[in-house]
Amino acid sequence: MVKNPVLLVLVVAALAAAIVLSFLSHAPNRLLSGQPVPWGVVLEGWRSLAFAPALVLLAGPFLPNGRITHGLVALAASALIAGMIWLAGDVARSMADAAAPAARTSFGGAFWILAVMAALAASDALQKLTREPALRIGLALLLAVPAVFLVADGFIDALSIMKEYANRHAVFAAAVTTHLAIIAAMLVPTLAIGLPLGLLVHRRQGLGRPIFAVLNIIQTVPSIALFGLLIAPLAALVAFAPALARLGISGIGVTPAIIALTLYSLLPIVRSTAAGLAAVPTAAIEAARGIGMTRGQIFRAVEVPLALPVLVAGLRVTVVQAVGLTAVAALIGAGGLGAIIFQGLNASAIDLVMLGVVPLVGIAVLADLALKLAGAMLKARTG
Amino acid sequence: MIRFEHVGKDYAGWTAIEDLSLTVEKGEFCVLIGPSGSGKTTTLKMINRLIEHDRGRILFEGAEIRSFAPEELRRRMGYAIQSIGLFPHWTVEENIGAVPKLLGWPRAKIRDRVTELLEMLTLDPERYRARYPRHLSGGEQQRIGVARALAANPSVLLMDEPFGALDPVTRDTLQAEMLRIQAASGTTVVLVTHDIDEAIRLASRIVILEGGRIAQSGSPREILAAPANDFVADFVGRSDRGLRLLAAERVGDRMRRGETAVGEPLTVDASLREALSLFVARNVDRLPVQDGSGALIGAIRLADLVRPPPSEAAP
Ligand SMILES: Nc1ncnc2c1ncn2[C@@H]1O[C@H](COP(=O)(O)OP(=O)(O)OP(=O)(O)O)[C@@H](O)[C@H]1O
Ligand SMILES: [Mg+2]
Repeated sequence: MVKNPVLLVLVVAALAAAIVLSFLSHAPNRLLSGQPVPWGVVLEGWRSLAFAPALVLLAGPFLPNGRITHGLVALAASALIAGMIWLAGDVARSMADAAAPAARTSFGGAFWILAVMAALAASDALQKLTREPALRIGLALLLAVPAVFLVADGFIDALSIMKEYANRHAVFAAAVTTHLAIIAAMLVPTLAIGLPLGLLVHRRQGLGRPIFAVLNIIQTVPSIALFGLLIAPLAALVAFAPALARLGISGIGVTPAIIALTLYSLLPIVRSTAAGLAAVPTAAIEAARGIGMTRGQIFRAVEVPLALPVLVAGLRVTVVQAVGLTAVAALIGAGGLGAIIFQGLNASAIDLVMLGVVPLVGIAVLADLALKLAGAMLKARTG
Repeated sequence: MIRFEHVGKDYAGWTAIEDLSLTVEKGEFCVLIGPSGSGKTTTLKMINRLIEHDRGRILFEGAEIRSFAPEELRRRMGYAIQSIGLFPHWTVEENIGAVPKLLGWPRAKIRDRVTELLEMLTLDPERYRARYPRHLSGGEQQRIGVARALAANPSVLLMDEPFGALDPVTRDTLQAEMLRIQAASGTTVVLVTHDIDEAIRLASRIVILEGGRIAQSGSPREILAAPANDFVADFVGRSDRGLRLLAAERVGDRMRRGETAVGEPLTVDASLREALSLFVARNVDRLPVQDGSGALIGAIRLADLVRPPPSEAAP
């Protein structure tokens, strides 16, 4: 009867959200909490056609498993997200005409949950459609095109989240740049310390235990505590050597953020480096020795390439983890998307929070996809 | 070419090889054989310094092996390891071309050599060249391992059970190919095996190891004719010993030149064991013999298998 239980769960959750939560809410200004826009208004007339793809998703769990079903589900999910964005934009525009300029129309809980469920349904369908990671990632990007196009083309400019964006797009762009810069900056010390440490753990088995013990302890310190713990010593250091301050180092801001992120990232990097090297077949290393490769040649031509897929998997965990942790680092003044989120939380402006959260999720998903693709391509070569 | 002088090796205080002395002459086909754990792999690996010996001396072309850089020594000796150990991230072509590349051969020469080796090992070059090891059967991988060892025309070939994973027909083909390569190139071969029949077929000299010592060393015929002790006698097979003795000799050694017989001829290179099989299968006691080019050159009688023919009949 039920052919795809995963999709069924997603559909049920989406239906529940649609019944309990509102699709859009409307408030006289950005600081007052909004009133739900009734479904009757949202689905007025031919607008409701935007939800037509949902019918395919409703039927999806009961259709026979096959390429056609999975393809239809993926397309319907993509069409539903685009349709909902378009619909929300249309409703918001019609309401904006009637109300005062300060009035705000926002996405409601039902929109977010339906969008997430549809994205998960598409991801599930793509996973079942093809085992080829490159193809899957390509299709996923293709399916995201309609939604991205609608947003980029201004269809939802009447919605509160886009108004927040319009008000601070310079700040937003700077936040995204800072966020990415912090992650890029933390990768330098992470790799510079983590890779040799992983190699050391692999070469000297005895050192593995103490090194991992320390890294595990660091990992268990809550992120806010670790950020906080770094403030005092760094401030003391700068007080002791004021020259450091001129280099931009201080107890708060980017410096402690990069140090803390590096400390967190060492565990997955060291672990995956050591695991990758340990997974290199001993027979291949022995054969390499036997045919007269030097230690350096064996390391470069055999060990590194064979360890790389596992290492890239570790890098993926590290980067995705760092995208989230960098948001928390905004608490100690590092900036980035976290700053926008916390600003929104302080002002109880949920759309401002979402303006930080949506790109955060987007960056995490893109980083995950890119490194997954890199890993799959490496794996295809090494087997 | 290779000389062991009172060589010993300990693993954590336990003696794996004891007082091993052995000389392998240039162009010799030396087969190390013995039960599992008798030290065959250890002996082989000491030759190219994958394992360092603890006592005695090992000489290569008259010089102590410790006077060579290990990498240089290994590049001059082809090596096929027991567990094959192909590089999983390299294609068949890159695997086979590994040593020539280390030696800095030009690309085109490596490519030609790979083609030649694949053909020699009965693998279609165009089908196999670009494949990765994980897409090969166990036997195919083993052949690529052998090709990698042969690639740079080494003066010494060290092979650890190179035909273990092959079906009898392929093994037979490759053994014949091995003999042909060795005869044509004059390479010195040291090969490890578990299989006494393989040893008899390939070896110019068999070295039987038992618990890290040499139990007996000599030509297949010498060992089969006079096993040094009960262990060797058991090892070469008490009831099959006669048949194996026949396997160790060629028809050419016992034939009567100029004599004639009727029927499908044997070749001079066939073993006496094959001759016996044909006598029984054809229900005859006399068979014609031809040379490699197919010309009839004589005959062999059933009784000649037991006793060499009178010398006036020999050439
Ligand atoms: N690195 C090592 N450390 C300790 N003992 C070892 C080591 N390598 C080999 N040995 C021991 O030395 C003995 C000889 O090993 P070797 O690998 O030479 O045997 P082999 O004759 O090749 O056996 P097989 O036919 O099973 O391959 C065995 O008992 C083995 O357990
Ligand atoms: Mg062995």
